[in-house]
Amino acid sequence: MGKQESVVPAGLPILDPVAESPGVLRAMLALLRRDLRLSIRQKQDLLNPLLFFAMVVALFPLGVSPEASFLREAGTGILWVGALLATLLSLDHLFRFDFEDGTLEQMALQPQPLFLLVLAKTLAHWLVTGLPLVLLTPVLGLMLYLDGNSVAVLCLTLLIGTPVLSLIGSVGAALTVGLRAGGVLLSLLIIPLYIPVLIFGTGTVMAAGDGADVSGHLALMAAMLVLALVLAPFAAAAALKISLSAS
Amino acid sequence: MWQFFHKLGSPKWFYGIAGRFMPWLLGIGLLLALSGIVWGLGFAPKDYLQGNSYRIIFIHVPTAFLAQSVYLMMAVAGVVTLVWKMKLADVFVKAVAPVGAALTFLALFTGAVWGQPTWGTWWIWDARLTSMLILLFLYLGVMALGSAIADEKSAARAVAVLVLVGVVNIPIIKYSVNWWNTLHQPATFKLTEKPTMPPEMWVPLLLVVVGLYLWFGWIALYRMQTEVLRRERRSRWVQDLMHPGGRSDVSSGGARADGV
Repeated sequence: MGKQESVVPAGLPILDPVAESPGVLRAMLALLRRDLRLSIRQKQDLLNPLLFFAMVVALFPLGVSPEASFLREAGTGILWVGALLATLLSLDHLFRFDFEDGTLEQMALQPQPLFLLVLAKTLAHWLVTGLPLVLLTPVLGLMLYLDGNSVAVLCLTLLIGTPVLSLIGSVGAALTVGLRAGGVLLSLLIIPLYIPVLIFGTGTVMAAGDGADVSGHLALMAAMLVLALVLAPFAAAAALKISLSAS
Repeated sequence: MWQFFHKLGSPKWFYGIAGRFMPWLLGIGLLLALSGIVWGLGFAPKDYLQGNSYRIIFIHVPTAFLAQSVYLMMAVAGVVTLVWKMKLADVFVKAVAPVGAALTFLALFTGAVWGQPTWGTWWIWDARLTSMLILLFLYLGVMALGSAIADEKSAARAVAVLVLVGVVNIPIIKYSVNWWNTLHQPATFKLTEKPTMPPEMWVPLLLVVVGLYLWFGWIALYRMQTEVLRRERRSRWVQDLMHPGGRSDVSSGGARADGV
């Protein structure tokens, strides 16, 4: 028995089958804490999507035009696409390490439903990638000459939109986790599904720029978040089970 | 009814029954589609606004119609794969995904050809065009995922999950794209939504649409048959089918499969 326990990575709730299993919320919290701890201990991985985001955004003034009029016009789109690509880039790691060292299999065997554990992992992913992207956005927005109101609305749309990106992405990551060349395939599968989020996100900021009331747009984005929150973990859990059975 | 449902689980039974339907589907489908196309291209009246260039509608609209319904059919088959684990459902998804992609491409291509004389441009970022382009991406993604997973059973189930996620997204894509478009540019005219189309125009169009659906039934069955043969290549009935006259690779003492 001792040998078996040493295989399980630190932090994962180890269950004694005789003792009562922890409640669902406790298991989710434990998993969330473990994922956050793992991310914080690998600071470079934490930083990479942010660097990528900043660099992609910097390509546009250099590659297209540094004119303030162009950047003001295209800024929201550039920032949204940059955040989307940065999220996409980080998704491959969402389940891969756990898949490779067998933790994921242990998770699937837990008495708690897998989709809730997936939800906890996705939340951790958003906290370490999506949220920092939102926090970095005001700086980059000012560098693209966006006005204060646009930057505020942009941050709000990203705050609602990036969790949707993480949730939809979790399905793609779960589908491709067992594949050797999963990264490119993951992008191909997920980008078409990201398009509505992108359209609504940039549309909201543009409407705000025109002086319109954006509460309706934000409500639509929130509806998408709720929909993704309800459906994506189920799809991702189903996909994970398929990936686990294939390996 | 239930017997029919259970028999669908048998690849051999399916192979036989599909072979019986296929000539009818192909024959009637081609007859309807060709007569509709000849009628539409040769005899239907000219459009007062667009002249003869509108006639591509007789190709464009049916392909676009079918391209969307094929995805819905794939989604239904995806549910069947995941819930009842019926083998033929995933054979269907695998068989028709390239057909759907080809139809979507045809719809986009004919749309571009139509757009050039009518709108003066091959492509605009119109709501419909964009959502069809995304549909093409979804088809290509489904095909890419299916070929990336080596294990056939997991490939089928993974593809089913992806198709279902995509189908949840299709209405969202459609509305988001509509909404995005109306924000930026005034509505373009859409011939298909004019209710004042005379019957000499819509009857041939309907003929082509129905004909193309029947043709799709044929090609779906044809491709499914091929896939069934490939999957069952080791079974005796396929061996017998491939080597009539008893020159079977599998040494068998039993009776031959009959009626195929």
